[in-house]
Amino acid sequence: QSTGSVSGRVTDSKNEGIPGATVLIEGTSLGSSSSVDGTYSIQNVPAGPHTVVISFVGYNAVRRPVTVVAGQNAEVSTGLTENTTQLAEAVVVGYGSQRRQDLTGAVEQISEKQFVKGQVTNPEQLVQGKVAGVQITTGGGAPGSNSQILIRGGSSLSASNSPLIIIDGVPVDNTSLAGVSNPLSLINPNDIESITVLKDASSTAIYGVRASNGVILVTTKKGLQGDAMHVNVSSQNSVASAYKYVPVLSADDYRAVVNQYGSASQKATLGKASTDWQKEIFRPAFSSDNNVSVSGSAGAIPYRVSGGYLSQQGILKRNDLKRFSGALNLSPVLLDGKLRVNLNVKGTWIDNNFSDQSAVGNAVSFDPTQPITVDATGAPTAIYNGAAGNPFGLTNAQISRYGGYTEFSQLNDDKTISLNTLSPRNPIGLINQSRNRSTVKRSIGNLQLDYKLPFIDGLSANLNMGYDIQRGRGTTFVPAEAASNFNRQGVNNIYAQDLNNTILEAYGKYEHTVGPGRLELLAGYSYQRFENRNYVFADYRANGTELNPVSLSYSNQDTYLNTNVLVSYYTRLNYNIQDKYLFTGTFRADGTSRFSPNHFGYFPSGAFAWRIKGEEFLKNSTAISDLKLRVGYGKTGQQDLGGNYYPFLANLTLSNLSASYQLGYNADGTPRYIRTLRADQYNANITWETTTTYNVGLDYGFFGGRFYGSVDLYNRKTEDLLNFVNISAGSGLSNGGTYNVGSLTNKGVEVIANVDAVKGDRFNLTVNANATFNQNRLTKLTGADAPGDLGQPTGGISGGVGNNIQINTVGYASNTFYVNQQVYGTDGKPLQGIYVDRSGDGTIDSKDRYRYKSSRPTVILGGGANMTYQKLSLAFTLRANLGNYVYNNVRSNSFYDISTNGFVPNRNREFLDSRFNAAQYFSDYFVENGSFLRMENLTLGYNFGEIIRKGSNVSVSLAAQNLFLITNYKGLDPEVIGGIDNTIYPRPRTFTVGINVGI
Amino acid sequence: CNKDLDQIPSYSANAEVVYKTAASAEQVLARLYATFAVSGQTGPAGSPDISGIDEGFSNYLRQYWQLQEITTDEAILGWNDGNLIYVNTLQWNADNEFVRATYDRIFYEIGLCNEFIRQTTDARLSERGVTDSDAKLIRQYRAEARLLRALSYWHAIDLFGGGPFTDENSALGVNPPYYTRQQLFTYVENELKNLDKGKVLLNPRQVYGRADRAMRWTLQSKLYLNAKVYTNTDRSADAVVYADSVINAGYTLTPTYANLFLADNNTTGANEIIFPITFDGLRTKTYGGMTYLVHAAVGRAVSASSAGINGGWAGLRAKPQLTSIINNTSATDSRKDMVFTRGQNPNVDTIGVFSSGPLITKYRNVTSGGKPGSDTVGDFPDTDFPMFRLADVLLIKAEGLLRKASPDKTTALALINQVRARATGNLSSHTNDLPALTGDGLDDVFNERTRELFWEGQRRTDLIRFGKFTSNYNWPFKGGVKAGADVPATRALFPLPTTDLVANPNLAGHQNPGY
Repeated sequence: QSTGSVSGRVTDSKNEGIPGATVLIEGTSLGSSSSVDGTYSIQNVPAGPHTVVISFVGYNAVRRPVTVVAGQNAEVSTGLTENTTQLAEAVVVGYGSQRRQDLTGAVEQISEKQFVKGQVTNPEQLVQGKVAGVQITTGGGAPGSNSQILIRGGSSLSASNSPLIIIDGVPVDNTSLAGVSNPLSLINPNDIESITVLKDASSTAIYGVRASNGVILVTTKKGLQGDAMHVNVSSQNSVASAYKYVPVLSADDYRAVVNQYGSASQKATLGKASTDWQKEIFRPAFSSDNNVSVSGSAGAIPYRVSGGYLSQQGILKRNDLKRFSGALNLSPVLLDGKLRVNLNVKGTWIDNNFSDQSAVGNAVSFDPTQPITVDATGAPTAIYNGAAGNPFGLTNAQISRYGGYTEFSQLNDDKTISLNTLSPRNPIGLINQSRNRSTVKRSIGNLQLDYKLPFIDGLSANLNMGYDIQRGRGTTFVPAEAASNFNRQGVNNIYAQDLNNTILEAYGKYEHTVGPGRLELLAGYSYQRFENRNYVFADYRANGTELNPVSLSYSNQDTYLNTNVLVSYYTRLNYNIQDKYLFTGTFRADGTSRFSPNHFGYFPSGAFAWRIKGEEFLKNSTAISDLKLRVGYGKTGQQDLGGNYYPFLANLTLSNLSASYQLGYNADGTPRYIRTLRADQYNANITWETTTTYNVGLDYGFFGGRFYGSVDLYNRKTEDLLNFVNISAGSGLSNGGTYNVGSLTNKGVEVIANVDAVKGDRFNLTVNANATFNQNRLTKLTGADAPGDLGQPTGGISGGVGNNIQINTVGYASNTFYVNQQVYGTDGKPLQGIYVDRSGDGTIDSKDRYRYKSSRPTVILGGGANMTYQKLSLAFTLRANLGNYVYNNVRSNSFYDISTNGFVPNRNREFLDSRFNAAQYFSDYFVENGSFLRMENLTLGYNFGEIIRKGSNVSVSLAAQNLFLITNYKGLDPEVIGGIDNTIYPRPRTFTVGINVGI
Repeated sequence: CNKDLDQIPSYSANAEVVYKTAASAEQVLARLYATFAVSGQTGPAGSPDISGIDEGFSNYLRQYWQLQEITTDEAILGWNDGNLIYVNTLQWNADNEFVRATYDRIFYEIGLCNEFIRQTTDARLSERGVTDSDAKLIRQYRAEARLLRALSYWHAIDLFGGGPFTDENSALGVNPPYYTRQQLFTYVENELKNLDKGKVLLNPRQVYGRADRAMRWTLQSKLYLNAKVYTNTDRSADAVVYADSVINAGYTLTPTYANLFLADNNTTGANEIIFPITFDGLRTKTYGGMTYLVHAAVGRAVSASSAGINGGWAGLRAKPQLTSIINNTSATDSRKDMVFTRGQNPNVDTIGVFSSGPLITKYRNVTSGGKPGSDTVGDFPDTDFPMFRLADVLLIKAEGLLRKASPDKTTALALINQVRARATGNLSSHTNDLPALTGDGLDDVFNERTRELFWEGQRRTDLIRFGKFTSNYNWPFKGGVKAGADVPATRALFPLPTTDLVANPNLAGHQNPGY
């Protein structure tokens, strides 16, 4: 006999037996599954060397070599470690959590280990490039700058395209707050444990109301029951600097250009200096992000307390942000496990020092031949009526009247000087002569009680009470001599805004075995109230005297309070048959105060998943470790019209004092100014925008779970778009209004792939990649069929007044560029004013414009790798957008304008190519392919391990952000919200040194 | 808690409250006037009345003025703003945003007036229990609203011919029917005849700046003077009748011509100005209106301080055809002083260059005493826009007398010379007189209107009436040709904007010929 046997025991980390684990002799059909106590035995194994593969759902598979000797038993016992990134992982979903393997919708969860590392100060940056179907674009490199988050292309046009963000059960407000550019910057990313993105309707429809643009669930860290106290201290210290500048003419090039093309008076404005304004306004910026957390369990009460202090400089001089944050979480389980309590309180205080960010644009356009300050000889280098030097015998006070900064003025006939109001302002003057500060406070908290009711098995009740309170206060001070506000003698103003949001939710849950499967039924009620209070103030000069008085409201108040209330009823049913056939159905009725009297919208969804892996024919396959097909359908709604709180209401708006009208005279002979009352445009029939989503997804895992991911196909159709449309002249109280008109679709494919390429004792390599293809199309824009409808122009540019470069047209993506087709000469250079006569009518005008490309990327790619070698780790994240086009507004403004009087703005180096002498704003020459590949982050880490005591951990890291940007785009950075590049605050390159000590 | 879904703001007003008293109804009435001056409720910009175009740029007066002036021999505007250049060159199409903005402002005002008139019927007033004295005042306001609506309809007739028709009986949200130019003319003619039944309007000169009886007569005389263009029926005799009503109402010519266009023209010009659009540097702020007319004409050697502002916008210039007519008068004519040529190319060789063409210093934010206006920042002028004034009416009467069936050339000449006499700065001196009319005298009226009313937003209408707009008379860049070329006669009307043809199916088939 030439066979033997193999037996052993399969255990988990607590050394308890795992029943049902699959044990296979690789390369044979021999195998077994473990019994109740985890033991197994395989007979008739041919003698010789073999590999035993032991696997179980939710655990990492183990391969063990064994040599079977004929007639003997070989023992292979092994412990399996839980595979937390995989199937058994608890994934946070709406009103609860589920095992990943039970999900029926398109849900992606990114937890701490996978977060983007380095100088990450806003929560959304943690997952930038990590989630398929999610496009996150920061507004620029300023600390706390705003981000645009688009999930699956965004489903709205005039209404908000922002996803619903829920932090520990509290939906946070999208409303912008005075004094802060990004409300999410008030959340300390160090407190976040995981971020879950719900993408398709079957997963989001339970949030019906604001779910059309996806839902992001943020879960913060908690203490663990029974755990000892852990203290974690971390410090990240970084330096950031600009690594690229807008290519403008150097002082010498500029001189040559002005001398060649300028008028006599323009040539006379040339100065003698060479100032690189962009280098002058930026600096290396230092930041320090320090966090302490204490977590553990005090008796039966798990706790986590954390505090953070971030001090972040912007690369623009005088721009910085300080953030103090604290968080407390208590999560006791009381009454014999029947009552689970979860208490969260978070508080943040931010001090912003904004500097004057208009300096960024002025640094591009300010004359590079001028010095920063009037020069030492006392001669004004600013220009007086086209003559440099001081030929007019001006006094020193006149020369340095803008605080010593070089500014363009003109000398009047009466020898007085007036500021040239059309010229750019001195960028350094803008920065140094303004103090623009805000203090913003935010607290988010909630108490969640989950009680397993006695008497009825499987029934529980959940109560969630939460709040989100924000206070924004700010001051703006500009001295009287500053050119930016010279004519009004400076600014000394304050502003304030309060946001008070509350939520009350209650739901019941019933779990029971019904028929062949397990039923989970959930039904609940939700009440949310959003209050937005704006304060109005008078407008003051620098010296504190009043320039414009305050305009009180119609009811004589100095505040304007807007309220939005949402009332919702929802239910969900999950039915799980043998972990193979999974059904989910949800229904939500949502009422909003924005629409009246028809408050309510109804949003159903349904999904089915088939865990093919659970079927007999795949059960024992190691090659296919997971396979699940998901099919989902659902409707979601949108009511968020931003500042438009009462679109249904026939109202009259009182004018400000400064929009009064004189009707005759008062008895004392003074003019009688009347604050006017305007009957406002309204739409009594306004109602919900509805998005219908179809989603088909496949979750896969191969080779014992070493290659896994998912593929999702979706089709989202939004109907009754809340759309700002033209209304027929005379029929309303304006020329346009928000109506439920039009529809659009987003169709796309998302692919996620993760590979555990190398798994070893010492060296590990995992690679992850995600790709998104999205196609956005407007399918209807007007109520009736309207041949000849151009569409809605949109996308205002800088240069001229009211010039729009994009258009929304049926059959095209929203925000498609609408331009003239440039004609080029034989030398390849564009011919000024020569465009293709596409209308064929012999003249070149707006009728010849065509729709050319869109700012939306056709493909978004994200990916990265994690390598560990013993205690050393290396990780990086790459991001790419393909097919996104950008209108380079800086280039299109780079024509030589002979008619500017008393100054010549500096130009993009583009001018040396095209040599345009008149604006060619609508040329497609300036619409560039903005495809790019960005090295978002590269982190090198070393983990010293337990060098302090057992269970402790010390690690250090070195991170680089924005290490490279590969693009053919000719501007500074092609990643621009909206696709119109009019110079952004540059995204810096940042190097960070971090240390983390946990004891 | 479903009750909480009924939210209304505590800071704003609704119709039930507002129309209960004359005081708050007057605030709504003031808004009907303000449409011509401001662009929204915030001042200078914010909470805009219309959208789809820059708020200040699309201001009613600014756009109306622009369509009337830069399309003609009087003015040119060379900014890089969208399709602005095609307004200068008479090559606009139905997608032109400035044509659309004018159209939208006109029908915005009509819609706003309709709402006021709808809310102030006797039935509504008694429903709300409005008392006698308040009811009487509100009835007067209602007639003013009808008069302002008639003014806007006149603008529509003049610029667009026919168009959508709504009145107080039209329901909101219903696409209006199309009315032909003749239909709109008949409607406005009847409105003007009927709206003052019971003598509810204010008397002439009773309150400055109001749509009073004299304003109504002026509008009627203008409607009839142009009736031949609008309806192909000469109504010159009717124009004379209503001009006479105005002339007999006690208005006098302001002794100094220049004062009519300065920061204190609300007092110095009050005896001549029949209907102004009022502005104030602190209380009526806009980036259109007079802010535009003062700032846009300033630049290069015309200093900002001379105009009482903080900086010019270097946009508006004149064309040489205008300045040659202005200059073709006696040496003492003060109107010539408003042509500024120092450092300027007297010809318009380039549209986009501010040095190309003479400058006009007519509108300024300084008082007759030489002091700057009330806005110390220097942004917003106090200067009112004299939309209707006596000199215009005198010339309307002169022209009516020459055009009517049995012309009265003697009186016409006397009226022309009355206007010319003031231009010398001395109403009694007649050193500037025309000795006699040439031929039928129409050229003399035309030239005098040019000299007296240049840049006052009347030019296109005048040129059309005198048969000089599309052909017989050319100026630089007319038709897109540097020397100027005839354009098709259909350019005398602007197209209905594509946006409204799309939004209102009732307009299908009614686009003006040539577009």
